[in-house]
Amino acid sequence: MKRRRLGSAVLRPPRAVILQLLAATVLTLAPLTPHLPAWAVVVVLAAVTWRASSALRRWPLPNKWLRGALAIAGIAGVYLSFGRVNGLVAGGSLLTVGAALKLVELRTQRDLRVLVALLYFTLVVNFLFSQELWTIVYLFACTWLITTALIGSNHPGGASTLPWRHAMRMSGAFMLQALPLAAVLFILFPRIPGPLWGLPSDDGAEPAGLADSMAPGDIRKLVLSDAVAFRVHFESTPAPRAERYWRGPVFSHFDGRRWTPGLVSPIPARYTVEGAAIQYRIALEPSRTRWLFALDLPDARDLPPDAAINGNAVLSSTRDNLQRRDYVLRSHPRYELSPVLAEAAMQRELQLPSDIDPRTRALAQRWRAEGLTSAQIVEHALRMYRNDGFSYTLEPPPVGRNSIDDFLFRTRAGFCEHYAGSFTFLMRAAGIPARVVTGYQGGSKNLYGDYYVIRQQDAHAWSEVWIARRGWLRVDPTAAVSPARIDTGVGAALAGTAGVPDFLRVGRNSHWKDLLKARWDWVNTQWNRLVLGYGPELQTQFMRALGLASRTAMVLALTACLVISMAILGLVMNRRTRRGVRPDGARRQWLRATRRLRRYGLRQKPSETAGAFVVRVCELHPASAEWIKAVYEAYVQARYVDPEDDRRRRELSRLARAPLP
Amino acid sequence: MRARWPRTDGPVTLVRRRIFILPTRFGLGYGGLLVLMLVGAINYGNSMAFILTFLLAGLGFVVMHHTHANLVNLKVLARPVQPVFAGQPLAIELELSNPSRRVRYTIKAGWPRKPVTTSVDIPAGRVEPTTLILATHRRGWLAVPRFAIYSEFPLGLFRAWARVELDQRALVYPRPRGDRPPPRGPAEPAERRAHLAHDDGDFAGLRTYRTGDPLRSIHWKSLARHPVPAVKLFNAQADDELWLDWNALPQLDTEARLSQLARWVVDADAQHRAYGLRLPGTVITAATDAAHRDACLKALALFDDARA
Repeated sequence: MKRRRLGSAVLRPPRAVILQLLAATVLTLAPLTPHLPAWAVVVVLAAVTWRASSALRRWPLPNKWLRGALAIAGIAGVYLSFGRVNGLVAGGSLLTVGAALKLVELRTQRDLRVLVALLYFTLVVNFLFSQELWTIVYLFACTWLITTALIGSNHPGGASTLPWRHAMRMSGAFMLQALPLAAVLFILFPRIPGPLWGLPSDDGAEPAGLADSMAPGDIRKLVLSDAVAFRVHFESTPAPRAERYWRGPVFSHFDGRRWTPGLVSPIPARYTVEGAAIQYRIALEPSRTRWLFALDLPDARDLPPDAAINGNAVLSSTRDNLQRRDYVLRSHPRYELSPVLAEAAMQRELQLPSDIDPRTRALAQRWRAEGLTSAQIVEHALRMYRNDGFSYTLEPPPVGRNSIDDFLFRTRAGFCEHYAGSFTFLMRAAGIPARVVTGYQGGSKNLYGDYYVIRQQDAHAWSEVWIARRGWLRVDPTAAVSPARIDTGVGAALAGTAGVPDFLRVGRNSHWKDLLKARWDWVNTQWNRLVLGYGPELQTQFMRALGLASRTAMVLALTACLVISMAILGLVMNRRTRRGVRPDGARRQWLRATRRLRRYGLRQKPSETAGAFVVRVCELHPASAEWIKAVYEAYVQARYVDPEDDRRRRELSRLARAPLP
Repeated sequence: MRARWPRTDGPVTLVRRRIFILPTRFGLGYGGLLVLMLVGAINYGNSMAFILTFLLAGLGFVVMHHTHANLVNLKVLARPVQPVFAGQPLAIELELSNPSRRVRYTIKAGWPRKPVTTSVDIPAGRVEPTTLILATHRRGWLAVPRFAIYSEFPLGLFRAWARVELDQRALVYPRPRGDRPPPRGPAEPAERRAHLAHDDGDFAGLRTYRTGDPLRSIHWKSLARHPVPAVKLFNAQADDELWLDWNALPQLDTEARLSQLARWVVDADAQHRAYGLRLPGTVITAATDAAHRDACLKALALFDDARA
């Protein structure tokens, strides 16, 4: 304080501003905590606590050597944690640690401004992790707080203070005034299709949803999640529930426990489609994998530009799906997939690990020895699942080294991956090419919108067997065990079994809760479609609807909107600076009375007191003398002698209006 | 500039056309940040990042108007400037009045291209004083140069300023300097000083401190109660007259002579002696009061060598 009065060029922010900024920092960094290494969270909390105590107790700030050491330690910490300092998570961590260290040296107005800029930028990093509906509330709250602190930092504080409530109100008003401009910019600013330099591939974040391999328990884990995998809007007749197999990764190689893709030909699988098509639009949530889910089987002639079909007839994108994305497909439920299989491919689809599961192999070979056809063997197997006391459960008993044997002949309780895995094994042991297909099955229709939601809980695994001249055919052994899984969904199929999470229990949620959930999902869908999905494509559509066909017209409209809104704001602001302070009631009456004397050329001069004016009036216009004296008397009474008395004011008001003599 | 806004003695109203506005360095940095955020938003196709970027851009636009409006229609008035000695800082007291209903926060007054850290808030319909400090070097009339009223409130992204030139001039007395003894009067000045220092004469009262008063004559007891120091006056000096004469200093050049004369005037006034001043073309008869001192110093300040 003292130094500023002596003319130090360094402006020190008031204490209240530092505390506001600390609050803003905590709020801004809070959503990043799940993505940060634990030590970074500790550093942030320590820095905030320390700086707050320092502001309250006036501790000295660390010198530049200590600050330098802290900065180097921070960068080294990030590098040690991630092996790099760029990329989404590592870069975000670096930014967070940087903000925390900036807090420690927060001293001058310049430091404060740097921190404000860092915080605004950190908000963007947050949105790379999540863009859900709540983040808009978070965006406004953070911007409001940060801007308030920035206003405070531009006021010296001290004797004439700017109360923080006032600063809050001010920044709130600025944001409200900025909103229309932001909306205009959001809608009309020309969108370029990204990315400009490619998206970071490492991320450090875990992929969500189906993985690139399948071991017992993997899909069960997925089913415990309520998260949305994707949403589907059918543009033609919706596929019936039992037909809604959303094809994902296919696995051909088995090591005794885990199914992996094995060698997959990049050459698209050959298939022909026939019959009626189903057209639909999928809004895929970010999965951090390449899979694009499709109904069996999508028309290969009409795929999204960056998508391709591999040798297993699985649709995938050229990039990981880090962003929510929309794509349109046309699928045919009737198809013929690879009616001819090359010898090498045939061998791949018959692969089995040697020397395990002898009983299963024996069973399959016995069927084969009985002279059954492939189709009959499939029938036999399914009948076994249906009739031999198999059960569908989320909590299968543990199995040993011969996992398939244990499952088929001892425990007989499992989840879809057990059924798909054991069935495929059985077929291969019987000499029928077979593979495991994972994906989603079913999905529920939203009660409000015309779309279906497919959640992680709808994850499923089934099999495909290859039969000469007919190609690959889908066989779902789970359906044999638990028809309810396919007909009504996983919740109904698991009813009455152990380990079922609450959200899967049928009938547990009351009806209004279901309605609320559906409404919330619908709101989210609209948010995803209209706000998050507003890109070059939607913008072009929207502009066409507005009649702004060309990009030039769009830029012109944007400029016009900005100029007009700025002009309106400027006019309003200018008027406000001109509008004078409203005189008090008695003064207004006095001005009203003196205005009436203008017709006689009598005006109170700015330099003239009311009393002097009355004397002048008495001299120059004696007819009004009595009246103006009475008004003056009442004015003095009402304004100075007894300002609280309403009668005085009424008296003055009456006199000021009284007819002139 | 000069042609459009002639000097007046004020008040000057900062009308809209007088006010300039440009982004500050922080404002440019903020713009850079927005570009960075925009590129990131495009790259990631991230709608929330677009929304934040556009909101902050809108905030920038809005704040530009607020910074501008913070100055519009302010009235600037300068109070009469008190004379100072050359070398002393000249305080120009301004009155900033806010005729509107909005508080004007963080208004600063300064010389062009010199940062100021002091600022005033002017509540609605009120007048606030602020002070400009100007260094003085030469005696004579000093026209108050053009200064700027400016503000970066509320976000520091923009600086709005208006140049104001008031028709005000300050009188700068010659710097009191020189150690020659004053011309001999009827009494020995050294003794006089001793009288004063030892508080021997009849105590005649107090008067406020003026530059050049000896430290020892300060009335310390009253200093605690009054912010302005007072000096003790004694009646011993009434009987003699001191003539401060230009011609008594033939060895010095004009400025040094004037400085020495100013020194003598200040000293004589401090000792409360009656003194007169003789300059070529000007004679001021002996007297003792403050008006006399000011008249003498003014004559010294405005002394024109060529005219004399």
